[in-house]
Amino acid sequence: MKDRSKEDEVADININTVNKYFGDVHVIKDISLDVKSQSFTVLVGPSGCGKSTMLRMIAGLEDINSGTISIDGQVVNDLPPKERNIAMVFQSYALYPHMTVFDNMAFGLKLEKRSKDEINERVQEAARILQIEDYLQRKPKQLSGGQRQRVAIGRAITRKPKVFLFDEPLSNLDAALRVQMRVELAKLHDELNATMIYVTHDQTEAMTLADDIVVLDEGIVSQKGSPMKLYNTPSNLFVGGFIGSPKMNFIKSTIISKNNDSTEVNLFESSKLTVPKISDISSEGDQVQIGIRPEHLLVNQEGDASWESKVFVVEKLGSGTFLYLEKEGEPLVVEAAGDSNIKVGDTVKIGFNASRCHIFDNSDQAFQ
Amino acid sequence: MTIFSLVLYVLAGILVCILYYHISNFLLDFFAKKDSKDSSIRAVIFIAPAFIVLVIFILYPVFETIRLSFFDKFDREFVGINNYIWAVNDPEFRRCILNNLGWLLIVPTLSTFFGLVIANLADRIWWGTIAKSIIFMPMAISFVGAGVIWKFVYDYRGPGDQQIGFLNAIIVSFGLDPQAWITIPIWNNLFLMAIMIWIQTGLAMIIFSAALRGVPKEMLEAARIDGAGELKIFTSIIIPYLQQTILVIWTIITIVVLKIFDIIVAMTNGQWQTEVLANLMFDWMFRGGGDSGRGSVFAIVIMVAVIPIMVLNIYRHKQEQKI
Amino acid sequence: MRKNLLSSIIAQLILLVFVIIWIIPTFGLFVSSFRDKDLLAVSGWWTSLTTTQVNEIHRTLNKDAQIQENNIYMIKANIFDIDKGKKITSFGITSKNINQFLIEEKATLKDGSELTVSENGEYIWKSQIPFKNKKGKRIFITASSPPNFTLENYKEVLFKEGVGQAFLNTLTVAIPSTIIPLIICSFFAYALSWMRFFGRDTLLAVIIASLVVPLQMSLIPLLSIYNDIGALFNVSSKSYPGVWMAHTGFGLASTTFLLRNFIKSLPHEMIEAARVDGATHYDIFTKIILPLSIPAFASIFILQFLWVWNDLLVGLVFLDQVPSEIIITAKLRELLGSRGENWEILTTGAFVSMTVPLAIFFLLQKYFIRGLVAGSVKG
Repeated sequence: MKDRSKEDEVADININTVNKYFGDVHVIKDISLDVKSQSFTVLVGPSGCGKSTMLRMIAGLEDINSGTISIDGQVVNDLPPKERNIAMVFQSYALYPHMTVFDNMAFGLKLEKRSKDEINERVQEAARILQIEDYLQRKPKQLSGGQRQRVAIGRAITRKPKVFLFDEPLSNLDAALRVQMRVELAKLHDELNATMIYVTHDQTEAMTLADDIVVLDEGIVSQKGSPMKLYNTPSNLFVGGFIGSPKMNFIKSTIISKNNDSTEVNLFESSKLTVPKISDISSEGDQVQIGIRPEHLLVNQEGDASWESKVFVVEKLGSGTFLYLEKEGEPLVVEAAGDSNIKVGDTVKIGFNASRCHIFDNSDQAFQ
Repeated sequence: MTIFSLVLYVLAGILVCILYYHISNFLLDFFAKKDSKDSSIRAVIFIAPAFIVLVIFILYPVFETIRLSFFDKFDREFVGINNYIWAVNDPEFRRCILNNLGWLLIVPTLSTFFGLVIANLADRIWWGTIAKSIIFMPMAISFVGAGVIWKFVYDYRGPGDQQIGFLNAIIVSFGLDPQAWITIPIWNNLFLMAIMIWIQTGLAMIIFSAALRGVPKEMLEAARIDGAGELKIFTSIIIPYLQQTILVIWTIITIVVLKIFDIIVAMTNGQWQTEVLANLMFDWMFRGGGDSGRGSVFAIVIMVAVIPIMVLNIYRHKQEQKI
Repeated sequence: MRKNLLSSIIAQLILLVFVIIWIIPTFGLFVSSFRDKDLLAVSGWWTSLTTTQVNEIHRTLNKDAQIQENNIYMIKANIFDIDKGKKITSFGITSKNINQFLIEEKATLKDGSELTVSENGEYIWKSQIPFKNKKGKRIFITASSPPNFTLENYKEVLFKEGVGQAFLNTLTVAIPSTIIPLIICSFFAYALSWMRFFGRDTLLAVIIASLVVPLQMSLIPLLSIYNDIGALFNVSSKSYPGVWMAHTGFGLASTTFLLRNFIKSLPHEMIEAARVDGATHYDIFTKIILPLSIPAFASIFILQFLWVWNDLLVGLVFLDQVPSEIIITAKLRELLGSRGENWEILTTGAFVSMTVPLAIFFLLQKYFIRGLVAGSVKG
């Protein structure tokens, strides 16, 4: 499978102003997207954002109402799935319950009327990569969830597709297995060097696996970029809130004044803050929201701004401690050190650096 | 015909059917290999046979029967609603309507009721499975077979003779006179209905039994903790829970009863005032060379009676699709 | 606790009453079909294990059987053709007095000849002068008959009354009438579940509506179509293929509906995975849907088979009522008319007609029930 890096076996995907309606519901709105050859692209978003529909359109399982999808330069709008050179891994594994693991993995090859030897060789190789060689003669019923997921992936590998599509493949696994499979998927991508598109609602999976993350929200691309780009410079409130765990804190505020390279906003009722970010469209007096991640709030330290708050809840995770506080009606989460000895009812001093915070205008767009 | 030729006949019929699908799909695969829109041709291949049968055997006849009901007995002359007017004034037809109404009121109600009671009792008794099997068994038997079984039960011999019918034997052992049950007008209908109840109770019981298994145990336990007795649980928890099932069973049996034909033919052939619509229709299909106009009228009366159930079914299906 | 025990006993009693009422009619038929026809005609089946009093009429042999011994002419034989263990208690020579003589008693006839009958049916008829009678002499006997079970009725019904042929005819009707709709409707149901085509929802609504359309609505127009086709090709309008198609038509809606509910319940991701794997709809149908639908097929097969086997109306309308085509229910109906008092024929014929349904019932009850329940939950 190392020879997979050959140019003709991998493909880039171009999605051009694609629209999709379910009845009257407009689920995909003018989406355009380029997926680079050999990249691992993750489509992420809350349920109902259109990410699975997008994937299914690439697979050929849903019709496209307008726009084009091309794989490797060829428009595939009207091609059935089998002629798109793709393979797909489903959330529920979608194994054929009446076939053995071997037959499950060989099904597509048999339909292509490959020779017995070739089928055998390809299935064995996929089984070796996924370490399921011992289970080939079992039925799916006799396998654990993790093993079934491997078979589902194996079924995709044997066909040597140009593009792998994953539809929330880890959602049905328990937490520990999910972490393990995540690592293995990353290894698999390195080994196969194939173009992979992966749909999930779990931002952790997106952050850990992706070369590129595409955040979808209500049928449009909210932001596209590398994981760290999305983390460091979310382009809007939705991405800011979606990427990162626990969620980014948002504090309501108004613009006091603006400069060429910074903006002054008020922080709670009595203090002010100057943030080195600007926006062309916002003007003085506009409502904005300040976004700051829990891990960027400092406990018992001064920063560019600071205040005191009472702790309501303390969550100890070992590696870190989450403090739940409130300041003038705004709930806040703060990440403190794991060995912190702050207790419920304590009053702590919270501070932060202005360079760490984000400002979102009243149309939820981020200041640059 | 010999057994051999019968077997050959049967195999040929089935083979033709299988070959159609296999060959047509093979041809499609062969000729339309690269055709991305092959699914519409394939849909036609999949649907066509069933659709044609549906049209010929159900859809066309429904409209044709309606048309025929406005024509004379040889389908030559348009007679308007004369056939209907004739039917309304026909004493036989009136009796059929009354008999059918009796069947509709009594059979579904009693079958459903017995089925519910038996399902409830059987599920908590160790020999309940065997009991259910026995109650359910008549469902497998033909109406004609059931007719013979019960005709034997109702058999009548003169007062002095040894009775070989079970019912009369019991009557006589109580010192009463034996009766020719199926010849006593009005009452004989009840004895015929008993046969249908005997058959349909099993159906109701089986479906209730399945539905009862769906009653959440926690709900019953909660009711017991709240202090409800078994009878109270049955009336205020189980019955409301099974409301939908009761309705479904009642409609299923109603439809069967509306079409009741075999039992009457086997038991009385419509004599002694037991005829129902389906018998009258069958009669008129062949009576005096056959009268397609009048026969159609009876078919339509049966059809009109099932329309409410049809509407209900479609409505329920639409509801389910939404969920 | 005591209250529970009491309610349990009451519950068991009520159920027991139901079970007894339900089983007795069939049981009576079953027992009767094995009873000797003479006993069946005069005593209830519940007495079949006890000895029964029977009155019978027999004839002696005629003059050809006489032998001469010491100038006395004798006719000696047994009045029973077959020994069924009957014991004669009394006999008579006139219909007015059938119990005139006890066994071994000498009955003197008008012509002076003497007749004695023994318990086991042997009789001796002696006369001084040669017998001249062409017909045998009637003897009325009263006998006690022991329980007598026999397969005679089955032989009679299967081979002489034509029920055996009707049984085969019914199989010829029922097997294709079950398999053909199963094949046709499974493709139809698949298309309704997983293929996209114009008017799919409407078609489904038509199917659901057709579920309850009474068969009677179709009879008259179909009969005339059949007659037209028969006239066109100058063949009989009534034939096995014709009845197969009729049953296919009448079973189409329910078979399609049940199969569609099943096929639709299979995980759609599995079907999609197969499509991504390169399977055409025909591949998906034969390689995935069919193997997974075996239990559903079994249920629907049983329902349709029983419906066809037990049908009377379609068989009456679309087949000729001749020995080579008549189905078993129609045969039974005919027997009810022509042999209404011959209970040995009716009970046995009915039981023969029930063998197949009962075998299916006891062997495949699980699938039968599953089919009925599936049909009701949504139907």
